[in-house]
Amino acid sequence: MTDLVLQIDGKDVSVPAGTTVLQAARQAGIPIPTLCHHEQLEDYGGCRLCMVEVESRGRKNHVVSCLYPVEKGLVVRTRTETVDKIRRVIIEELMAHAPDAPELKRLAEEYGADRNRFEKESSFCVLCGLCVRYCAEVKQKHAVGFIENGPKREISFIPEIAAKECWDCQECFAICPTSYAQAAYFLTEALAFPGRRKAGATSA
Amino acid sequence: MPKLQSAAALEDYRAQVLSARDPARPSIAVCAGAACGGLDSAAVAAAFSTAIEKQAAAAKLDFRVTGCHGFCNKGPNVIVGPGDICYFEVKPEDAAEIVACTLKGEVIERLVYQHPVTGEKAVHMSEVPFYKHQMRILIGDIPKIDPMRITDYLAVGGYSALAKALSKMTPVEVLDEVKKANLRGRGGGGFPAGLKWETTRNAPEKTKYVIVNGHEGESAAFMDRAMLTGNPHKVLEGLIIGAYAIGAQQGYIYTRHDSPQMALHIQAALAQAADYGLLGKNILGSGFDFTVELHYDVGIFVSGESSALMRSIEGHAPEPRPKYIRTSVSGIWDKPSNLNNVETWANVPEIINRGADWFTSIGSEKSKGTKLVSLSGHVANSGVIEVPMGMPLRTIVFDIGGGVPGGKAPKAIHFGGAMGGSIPISLIDAPLDFDGMAKLGAPIGAGGLLVMDEDTDMVEVARYLLDFLVKESCGKCVPCREGMYQMLKILTNIKEGRGRKFDLERLADLTEVTSLGSLCALGKTSSDPLKSMLRYFKDEYEARIAAGAAAGGLAT
Repeated sequence: MTDLVLQIDGKDVSVPAGTTVLQAARQAGIPIPTLCHHEQLEDYGGCRLCMVEVESRGRKNHVVSCLYPVEKGLVVRTRTETVDKIRRVIIEELMAHAPDAPELKRLAEEYGADRNRFEKESSFCVLCGLCVRYCAEVKQKHAVGFIENGPKREISFIPEIAAKECWDCQECFAICPTSYAQAAYFLTEALAFPGRRKAGATSA
Repeated sequence: MPKLQSAAALEDYRAQVLSARDPARPSIAVCAGAACGGLDSAAVAAAFSTAIEKQAAAAKLDFRVTGCHGFCNKGPNVIVGPGDICYFEVKPEDAAEIVACTLKGEVIERLVYQHPVTGEKAVHMSEVPFYKHQMRILIGDIPKIDPMRITDYLAVGGYSALAKALSKMTPVEVLDEVKKANLRGRGGGGFPAGLKWETTRNAPEKTKYVIVNGHEGESAAFMDRAMLTGNPHKVLEGLIIGAYAIGAQQGYIYTRHDSPQMALHIQAALAQAADYGLLGKNILGSGFDFTVELHYDVGIFVSGESSALMRSIEGHAPEPRPKYIRTSVSGIWDKPSNLNNVETWANVPEIINRGADWFTSIGSEKSKGTKLVSLSGHVANSGVIEVPMGMPLRTIVFDIGGGVPGGKAPKAIHFGGAMGGSIPISLIDAPLDFDGMAKLGAPIGAGGLLVMDEDTDMVEVARYLLDFLVKESCGKCVPCREGMYQMLKILTNIKEGRGRKFDLERLADLTEVTSLGSLCALGKTSSDPLKSMLRYFKDEYEARIAAGAAAGGLAT
C-alpha cells in the first residue's frame, strides 16, 4: 500500500493507508492518551480520551483517533483547548468512580483534572472493557462480560466459565487500569466456587 | 386471491374490488389505535358487532376496526360514513343507537364534537377544529382501512405507485423524482432521502439492504406507530419502490417487540403482499425481486440509532459503532444499507404518484411536504396530526390543539423528545421547519410536540428527560454514560434544593463534552434539552439554586 502524508500538530507524518490517526501519531512520537486501546485488541472507541481535532477539506471535527482512518492531507491537532477540555472532563467523570487509579492520577495531573469535581461513587471500574475484550478476542473464552447498560453497566465473570478457565490465565489482571478485574474475579471465586484456592492449582 | 402478474393485472383486480363497493353505502369505523385501545375500544367494537347482528344490518353497512384516527384524548373514536361524521368518547352502550341512526342517515348530536368554551358543535371531520387545519396525506386513509385487509388498501389506490414505478419508470427515474422532491428524512436528522438512496445505489457492493426504522422510542412520539399499525401497506409500498430505485434485494422492517398489534399488522401485510405478488420474485412481472423480513428490537431505546439497529439485525447487541464510514456505504454485514424512518417511506408512494412538483408545492422553502406530529402535553386536543411543513406552531397549538386547558397560559413548547429542546412561548410564531426549529434549539426530531403550561417546572423537565436517557444509554462510551449521569445528579440536587453555585458551570462543561465526545447520536444530542433550558430558562435555574441556598441548602 502506498504511503500518504498527513499533518499532526504541525508535523508531516507519512504512513500507509488504513493506519489510524492514533497509530500515526504514536509512530511520530506524539503522545495521545488512551484507556481502552490495546495493541492486541480491536479498537473500541469507548473511553474517548484519544479524541483529537481533525480538519479535512476545510471542515473541523472531533473524532476518536483510535478509529479514525488517516487520509491524505488530513490536519490533526492533538492538544487544542477543546480537546484538552474533553479529556479533562472525561478524567474527572472517571475519577468519581476510581479516584486512586494510578493511570487516572497521572492523567489528572497532566490535564489539570480535579478528582473531586463530581460526586464520588466508587465502583473502581472505568468500564474500558479491556478484560472483556481480551478474554473474548485473544483468549476466546468469554469468561468475563458486560452486564446491564448505562451507568448500571458493570463487568461480571461468568462463574461456569471462570471456574474452568481463569485459574491458569488471569492475564486480564495485568491489563486492567484499576485492578477491578482482579477484585471482580476473586469475588466471583469466593461466591461461586470457593475452596479451589485451598485445593491449589494442581487439582483441577 | 390472485398472484398479480403485471401492473395491468393489478388495475383489473383493483377495479374488481371497487365494483363490489358502493361509496354511498353507510360505514362505521371504530378506532383501535393505541390510545383508543387503552380506552377499551375493543369493547366498543364488540358492541357494534352485536348491534349489527341484532339489527340485521350487516348487508346494509360496512363495519371495520381501523388504526388510529388521530384525536386520541377524545377516544374511543368512531367515524361514520358517508360524510365522515365523527363521534367521540363512544361507549359500548352507544353502539346500537349509532347503528340505527347510521342506517337512517341521522346524526347523534350528543356524541359529536362540542367546543369546550364556545359550546359550538361540529359534526363532520372537515368541521372539527382538530382535523380541519390538518393536511392528512399520509394518515388520511387510516379510518378507511382495516389494516388486516390488503383489499382495503387497494380500494384507496394502494400499490398504484409501485405499479407505476415498476412498469413506467427506470430505477434512476424513481431516484431522481425523490431527489427532486427534496424529501428529507423524518426520523430526526432531516437528511435528504434521495441523496442517501443515491449513496447506497452507487456503493460498489452488489448486495444492498433497505430498512424501515420503525423503532419509535422518542418520548412523547407516537405517530410512527399510528402510521405503521394503521396502514402498514403504505410504508411497505414505499419500501419496495425504494428498493427498486436503490437496487436492494432484501428489506427489513425493524420495530419494537412490545407492540403486538403493530407486529400482527406488519406480518399480515407482508404475507398478503407476498401472496399478491407484490413481494418476492418477479414483482408484478417486472423482473424485480425483493423480500422483506420483520425484525424486533430487544427493548432498548438506542436500538433506533441506525448503526445500533444494524448491529441488532446482524444478531449482535444493539451498540452503536462510530460512523466514520456511513451505513449507506457499509451497514448490515458491511453491505450498503439504506435506512429511513416509517414516515419517510410512507411519503414515497405519494411522490411517485403525484410527482415531485406536487410534493414541493407543499411546505416551506427547505422543508417540503407534510409532517406527522404527536401533539400532547398541556393542550386541550391531543393526538396524531399531519400538517404541512411551514405551518406556524401557533396554528398547531391553538387551532388544532385548542390551546392550554383550564384557563392557563402556555409557557414553553418542547419538540423532539428526550433529545430535543424547549423554546419559550414567545417564539410560537416560528414555522414548523427542520432548519428553523433546529436553529432555535428545538429540532423537530421525529415529531413529538409537547406543550407546557405556566406551572411547568423547567428544571424538572430537563431532569425527567435525562432520567429517561440515562437508563437508555448503552454504557459503552464514557461521555454519554458518565456525563448524562452526572447531569442527572446535579439536576436532581437543584430540584431538591441542594443546588450549588458552581452547578451551572459544571453543567456547561458536561453538556459540551457529552455533545462533542459521545460515540453516537444518543449521547451527542442527550444534553440538547438542557442546553435549550440554559439558553431560554437560565433564570429559573439560577433562582432554584439561590432558593435552595436561602432555605439552608448547600449553595455556596
